Parts: sequence; structure tokens; C-alpha cells
Amino acid sequence: MASISSCCNVRKKIYSMVLDRFEKRVILITGAVLSLFIFSMLYGRSKYNDLPECLPFDKAYTEPKVTKLDDKTYQVFAVAQMWQFQPSQIYIPVGSEVDFFLTSKDVVHGFNIPDKNVNLMAVYGNINKQTVKFDKPGVYKITCHEYCGVGHQNMQAEVIVNDPAAKP
Amino acid sequence: MQLSKSLKRVIYWELGIPLALLSIGIYHGLMQVIYRAGVLQQPAFAKLDYYQGLTLHGVINAIVLTTFFAVAFGHATIAFFLKKEPNKKLAWLSFWLMTIGTVMAAWAMLAGKASVLYTFYPPLKAHPLFYLGTALLIVGSWIPLFDWSRLYREWKRENPDTKTPLAVLGTLVNFIIWFVCTLAAAYEVLVLLLPWAMGWKTTVNVTLARTLFWFFGHALVYFWLLPAYIMFYNFLPKLAGGKLFSDMAGRIALFGFLLFSIPVGVHHQFSDPSITKGVKIFQSLLTFGVAIPSFITAFTIAASLEYAGRRRGAKSLLGYFSKLPYLDTNRFLFAYLISGLFLFIFGGLTGMVNASSELNNVVHNTAWLPGHFHMTVAGPVFLGIIGMSLYLYSKISGKKIFLPKVAVIIPYLWVIGILIFSTGLSWGGLIGEPRRTNLGMTYLNPKDPLFTPEWVPTTLLGLLGGTIMFIAGMLFLVVFFGTMFRKATQEAALELPVSESLHNERRIPLFDSFKPWLVAMAVILVVAYVPAFMDATKNPGPGAPQFTPDNPMPVQTTKALSDNNAIPDKTAITIAKE
Repeated sequence: MASISSCCNVRKKIYSMVLDRFEKRVILITGAVLSLFIFSMLYGRSKYNDLPECLPFDKAYTEPKVTKLDDKTYQVFAVAQMWQFQPSQIYIPVGSEVDFFLTSKDVVHGFNIPDKNVNLMAVYGNINKQTVKFDKPGVYKITCHEYCGVGHQNMQAEVIVNDPAAKP
Repeated sequence: MQLSKSLKRVIYWELGIPLALLSIGIYHGLMQVIYRAGVLQQPAFAKLDYYQGLTLHGVINAIVLTTFFAVAFGHATIAFFLKKEPNKKLAWLSFWLMTIGTVMAAWAMLAGKASVLYTFYPPLKAHPLFYLGTALLIVGSWIPLFDWSRLYREWKRENPDTKTPLAVLGTLVNFIIWFVCTLAAAYEVLVLLLPWAMGWKTTVNVTLARTLFWFFGHALVYFWLLPAYIMFYNFLPKLAGGKLFSDMAGRIALFGFLLFSIPVGVHHQFSDPSITKGVKIFQSLLTFGVAIPSFITAFTIAASLEYAGRRRGAKSLLGYFSKLPYLDTNRFLFAYLISGLFLFIFGGLTGMVNASSELNNVVHNTAWLPGHFHMTVAGPVFLGIIGMSLYLYSKISGKKIFLPKVAVIIPYLWVIGILIFSTGLSWGGLIGEPRRTNLGMTYLNPKDPLFTPEWVPTTLLGLLGGTIMFIAGMLFLVVFFGTMFRKATQEAALELPVSESLHNERRIPLFDSFKPWLVAMAVILVVAYVPAFMDATKNPGPGAPQFTPDNPMPVQTTKALSDNNAIPDKTAITIAKE
């Protein structure tokens, strides 16, 4: 296998000593499979860009808030605390893009919207950010999935994305 | 090989104490699935609450059992293959530190003062004895490495041209990984958490604590796994009736683990704030790298088993699988190892999913995770630990196995349990079921507004699988302690089923010395982790005060903190009033 020798002869010697043809085939197959996985991951990264953003801490994010920037763009300052999310019901028109800014008032909490692949940790003194587009109407649950004390199993909030056909 | 009385006793206690504690550990495993399926819809049962039980389950099964076993098995392999016994005083010192530490942590957990789970993330605070106890357990486990290294250097001087026995290489690599990664955990516990828990420091940098923990936490799983790998390479081929396809492959895999076990910890923090995307992606790629030694092992062991099967008369392409000694009570260790290997196929594949920073968004902190790790740590690691504990104890003490027919069936029963359990948890995780949650109180309680019917079938599968696992685990404890309480009727000696090599592979100095690999390991660690630690120290804002699991208000210290008033991290001696 890959050794760090400098001389070709020594390398050939090591090669012929340690590798048999089945091992060679398996190395090639493994290399191909790993390359496929890594390529897929990097492709997914570039297309979806959904690793959480790094933001410097600012006290402004510790006040829960929903802000409408325009018809299709919203900002939510989500604050996790023992044992609720604030705001706990977020109303968003269908088709809008939401920037979630997340922090915690106390211990580490999770912030999981499974239907939209939003999966963030809320940490005291840190700000986490992810952008989500809500294309379909429905109620999207936000679940805390990191143990945060005795009330952890009660911690769930909702994003309510309205149905455009519904009467106001 | 004849062992001294002292070494025998150290090994007996280091095997026996964690296995006795395992009764508590598996009881809480069963309780988990009972609460999560909504069979119990309350916070506690028999005076132990859910999260306390979960902490006990994780700490006993994943930290105490695994560490004690690694040390005991290490003593056995070093003594057996180098024909030199570890120093008596150091072995007992190590034992006592580990045991006293365990007792401290166990007290804190059983008293309900450390319901923080085995990851103990701040700012959830545990009783100081929990942190101190864990630190002692870890420091106690460092001592053997230094003693064994001394013995190894002696042996090398006496045998300059002989290949280091593969099992010895494995034990030393494993403990080097352990020592390096636990430095971060020791720093986190002794410098960040203990002073803060005692009230001497007012705040803690949570992200830094998490980053230090996961520097330790991922390498921890390889510390668990490598003893099982040592058994796969060194014993499984012989038990199967065959030979090891390539000893060299084992060495390459071990050095691969040395390089890649630690610099991948940030893949547990893909969802964390303040760690930059570059660090996350780089460590994600390195995680695909740490899969390579496992692929090497899969091929080499499968090839070794094929050789064994063909020697027993197998002709067709995959027919050799049917010719292996699955139910031979005289080689019960084969059953434990092959079952572990089988589960690891699924454990490894689900692990590859977790390595991807993209797929992480789907699975992080869902039930998928315990689904995955019960096919790894509760797969080859657990089965290797219990199988080898039984084997070692029986050989060293000269006692015959109690209920050998039961002993050989246990691993297969365990496999069935795990497959059902992990199917339920993996499926549940993919539809949003959270881990570390007392589901029975809300999400699995039909009378509660948060009731989620989609998780009923998944948690029922978990209940069924968990019950089967519990039965298998209890049967094992009966077999092990039944063996322990018998009289000795055979010759007491340490024997190990050592495999011969199929190919005559010459000694290659590069794969028989540590220095070049340690240098490479250090370089990769610096490149992977210095940026991560810089992120964890520079990016976060104020540190956090203490919180206990039952109270949203921070614990009041005499230097009281209000929510908006961030006091920078000063080492001030304050007296904590609780």
C-alpha cells in the first residue's frame, strides 16, 4: 500500500511483498467508493450550502423576534431556553425564505426541523444560523433533541406555513 | 503461560467489577426502551429518573466497562506475547485509581447529582465528585501505557529483528491514541469544568468544552474498537480453523487508526455554532479516511474466514460462511467475534452516513445515532468484551465455563435483539424521533398534545429489540458469575488462540516502528485541530453560568450573574452558594 519511500526500486519491492492481486482490486474498489462518497458530499455542500453559518455573538440575537424583511424574506431570532423555544409559533407565508438565528439562554439545546433538514445546536454565548425555504404549506415542528434538563421532552415549537388557498 | 497471583488478581477484579456494574447498565438500557415506547409515561421509576438512568447507562457501559476491559486485556496481551509481566505496584495503582474514580462518579450519579449524561456538556452542571471521579478513572488508565512501553522497549532490545507481535502493536497503538485524546478530556474536566462547578470560576466557554470533549470523544470509540480488532486479527482466524490472510494488513490498519482516530472529532459538532465550515469539511474528509482501516480489516478478515471455510470443504463462492464453527461450545469465543463482525457491517455503513456533513442534517441527535452506535459499541465492542472476559477468566482461573451451551447462544440472541432495536431507532431517527428524550411522557403519550403517532412503530421495535438484548445480557451475567463461583477443575494458565499467518510476510521496519507514525499523527492533529480550537476560543461570546437539570435559573454564586451581564472568564475565588 502507499508507502513513503523515495526510491522506485524500494517501492516496487515493498509493493510486491505486501500486495496480492485481490488486495489490489479491493483497494481500487474502496478508493472508487470513497471518491464517490466524497464527491457526493462536496457536491451536496456546494448545491445546498446548509452547514450552519458562523456568526459572532451579539446580544441583539438574544431577544426572540420574527422580522419581515419583504414579502418573501423573513428573519427569525429563535431563542432556546429551558424548556421552550421563543417564539413558539412562527407564522410564515408559503414560498418565503427564512433566516433562523439561534442561541440559548441557558444550557445546550437542539433545534431540529426534520422535514426541512434543519439541524442546529443552540449554545449560550454563540449564534447559529441557517436559511430555509418553505415551499409547501403545513405545520413544521421544531423539536429539541439535546438533553436539557427535566423538561426536555416538552420542548417543541412550530413553524406554520400558510396555505395560499385558505381564506385570510 | 503461567501468570503470577498478583497479575491474576488484578485481571479478575478489572473484569469482575465492571461486569457487576453492567447489571445496572443493562437494567437502564431496558428501562430506556420501556419509557421511550410509552409503556411508562412518567419521569421516574423505582426512585430513578429517566435521565439519571440514561447517565448511568452511558457511563457504566461505555466508559467504565470499556476502560477497565481495555486495561485488563492489555495486561493479558502484553504478558502473553512479550512473556513479561507488568509491574505489580503500577498495575495495582492503576486499578485503585480507576476503581476509586468509578466509585466517586457512581455515587454522584446514583445520588441524582450528576444527571448530565455521559457527555456532561456544560453549562449543565454535575456534582464535583462526578468530574473528579471521571478524571481519576482516566488517569488510572494511563499508567499501564507507560509500564507496557518500558516492557516493549526491553523486548525490542532483546529481539531486534523480530516483528513486534501484532497484538502488542495493537495494544500500544490503542493506548497511545487513548492517552493523547484523554489529555483534552482531562483538561476540559480539570481546568474548565471542575473549577466552574466548584464556584471558583464564574463562567465556562461551552463551545471550547464541547470541542475538547469531542477531541476525546471520537477517539474514544476507537479505544473501544481496537481491542475487538486485535481479537479479529489475532484470534478469529484460528478459532475459525484457518489462518490470518495478511498480518501486514493489520499493521497498516493499526497505524491508519493512529493517524486518523483523533483529528475527526468535529464531525460530532457539524451542527454547532462558532466552528467554521472549513474545519467541519476538512474533518469530514478525514473521517472518510478513518474508514479505510476498517475496510482493510473487513477484507482481510473475510479472506481469512474464506480460507478457514475452504479448508473445511466449502466449494462455492460464498459457501464458506456455512462451514464455520458457529455453535461449537469449545470455541464459544468464535460466536462472540463473528456476531460482532456481522453487526459491524451495519454499524460501519451507518457510521459512513454520519461522516458526511450533509447527511448530518438529517440524522444529528435523532434516534438514528443510538441506532448506529448500538451496532458498533454494542456490537463488536460489547461482544468482544464479554466474550473475551469469559474466555480470559476461565483460562486464567482454571474454571470451566458455566452453562457452555447458553454461552454460545448468547451472541446470536444479542444480534437478533440489536437488529430489531437498531432498525426501530434508525427508522425513527429518519422521521425525526429525538434521542436522549423521555418520549413516554409526551411524544409517545396519546393523551399529550405533543403525541407523535409516527413514532409508535419505531419505539415498539426498540422495545422488542431492547427486551431481547436485556435477556441476552442477563444470561451472560449468569454465565460469567456462574463461572466465577465455581471451583477450579482445569489447569490455570493464560492461553490465547493465536492465529498463524497464511503468507510469509517479511518484517518491514516502517510498519514495525512508532516514530514516523507518531510524527505524522502530530502533524495531522495540529492541522486539523488548531483552527478548531482557535474558533472555539475566539468566536464565542460570553461564557455560561452553572445550571442544574431541574432549574431554568442559573445557580446563584456570590458573584451573581444576570442574563445580559457577561462577566469575562476570571479566575476569582468565590464561594458557590447553592
